[in-house]
Amino acid sequence: MKCKEASAVLIIRVGDAFCRSCFKEYFVHKFRAMLGKNRVVFPGEKVLLAYSGGPSSNAMVQQVQEGLSRDAPKKLRFIPGILFIDEGAVCNQSWEDRERTMSEIENILKATSFPFHILSLEQLFTLPQTMLQMNLAEIPKRDGSYKQAVGSFLGQQKAQAEDGVSDAADRLTQIHIADNSSVECSQSAAFSRPAAEHTAALRDMFNSAKTLTAKQELLHLLRNHLILHVARTHGYSKVMSGESCTRLAVRLLSNISLGRGAFLPLDTGFSDNRYGDVVIVRPMRDYSLKEISFYNRLFNVPSVFIPALDTKASGNSSIQHLSESFITKLQADFPSTVSTVYRTSEKLHVSRTDTTQPKNQQDKCLLCMCTLDTHTGPASAFFATQKSQQLSEKKSLKNVPSAKDSEKQCCNGGQCCKESASCTNSVTGTQDIVHLLCYSCRVTIKDLNSMDKLPSYILKEAEHRTRRMEMRKEIEEFLLDDHSEDI
Amino acid sequence: MVAPINLQLEFGGGAELLFDGVKKHHVTLPSQSDPWDIKHLLVWIKDNLLKERSELFIQGDTVRPGILVLVNDADWELMGELDYKLQDQDNIVFISTLHGG
Repeated sequence: MKCKEASAVLIIRVGDAFCRSCFKEYFVHKFRAMLGKNRVVFPGEKVLLAYSGGPSSNAMVQQVQEGLSRDAPKKLRFIPGILFIDEGAVCNQSWEDRERTMSEIENILKATSFPFHILSLEQLFTLPQTMLQMNLAEIPKRDGSYKQAVGSFLGQQKAQAEDGVSDAADRLTQIHIADNSSVECSQSAAFSRPAAEHTAALRDMFNSAKTLTAKQELLHLLRNHLILHVARTHGYSKVMSGESCTRLAVRLLSNISLGRGAFLPLDTGFSDNRYGDVVIVRPMRDYSLKEISFYNRLFNVPSVFIPALDTKASGNSSIQHLSESFITKLQADFPSTVSTVYRTSEKLHVSRTDTTQPKNQQDKCLLCMCTLDTHTGPASAFFATQKSQQLSEKKSLKNVPSAKDSEKQCCNGGQCCKESASCTNSVTGTQDIVHLLCYSCRVTIKDLNSMDKLPSYILKEAEHRTRRMEMRKEIEEFLLDDHSEDI
Repeated sequence: MVAPINLQLEFGGGAELLFDGVKKHHVTLPSQSDPWDIKHLLVWIKDNLLKERSELFIQGDTVRPGILVLVNDADWELMGELDYKLQDQDNIVFISTLHGG
């Protein structure tokens, strides 16, 4: 107990009890401290809050509101917008249920006075192919330090104030604009019922996944694509995602089990720069779900419960679910479990060799957009797994030599080489996509019954990249090596 | 013998799904020889309120890990957990923090 006056309402660590008002102070301070310490979000920057309707994202939105309020010390100075993605189709909810959820969400978001976007996951089918490409050119170059940026921002504000535009009026117009745009958003983009064929296609795609593990992973990947797309098209350079440390501890364990060990720093760290132009930050990663739930309960922060894929699922129905029950069970007996796992994740960094690799389009996984972890030597575990898989699948064993034979014949023939190349190009088969993926996404995709159900922007981009690779191979001997340029 | 006591039970974070989606319940616990504590209450909930899949709410003789319990808006860890002696008009809240409820 800090104040030693009021009666305690909750324990966070053993022997560390808080009263209501001390807890509020602690909670609010933690959020600002997180952003202040990491210095990633610059003043005046547009930030998209990825909002799921759950307790953590509601607490996050509430903290942003609090931080932007005028009387707050250490005021936050970015420009927020909120994105909600309705995933009802995947969980087989009826349109009526989804509509009800969305209007509940809309009511909460309207009350924030921030501009917001409500989308359905079906809009994946309207994404452009270019969305999976890195646009390195558009990465805003930040010259100077964070301190300078804050200084110049404050200077600008001051100049504005001197020009007679008072801060209050400025703020009012800002709110006014926010109000207008929120109305616009809710009227145009949101709530229009997605096309029935898109809903059907989405359901088809998820039904073609054989395991709940793959479904959950696929949903996570596709949701991220949609968030990235919204951020790019509306000019948000940061996305705030509300994962608590409990969720991140679970994700750490399940991602190791899913074969995403190489990307742990990106998947669980404070900032995730895999997309280049849009950076994901996780400001809630210092809070446990217990803290968040208590905060929401004690200070009446609303939240909407939306059934997910794993609602009412049994303990070992998916890797993610199993990791969660493992962590929560351990946590019940050993209260420092989550924090220990989470502190471990803080110490992880992407290895130097990965970051210095040329940021080539081909080197990124088509789905999760991480740097591929599959360029390993023949002595690696990855290669061994691949080999044993090939050997155990009799079908591919036969295919491999025959493909080699045909290649030889082709090359002998000379002319037919082009023909066969164009043939394989036009049909995007499983093989074509698989070699564009990281190890973990390969495993996920293997659990799908058919590739054709993936949204067309993925298939088209896969085809595009395959063609580029083949073209590169064809002209390889005429290319100057990257290394030779240095000499 | 103790007199019957009235309680308000609340379920949140998805736990309400196991109770027909009803979040707030006003219940009266019958009189019994020992005073009511939370351990007894959980058994009573399991027998009288839970509609399905009791293992998603109660495991062993306590709540499933990941479900928070609040007694009159305070952490039950401060109140003696399972041994807390229920009083008339107490408000007990169960919040699931698990993904998907």
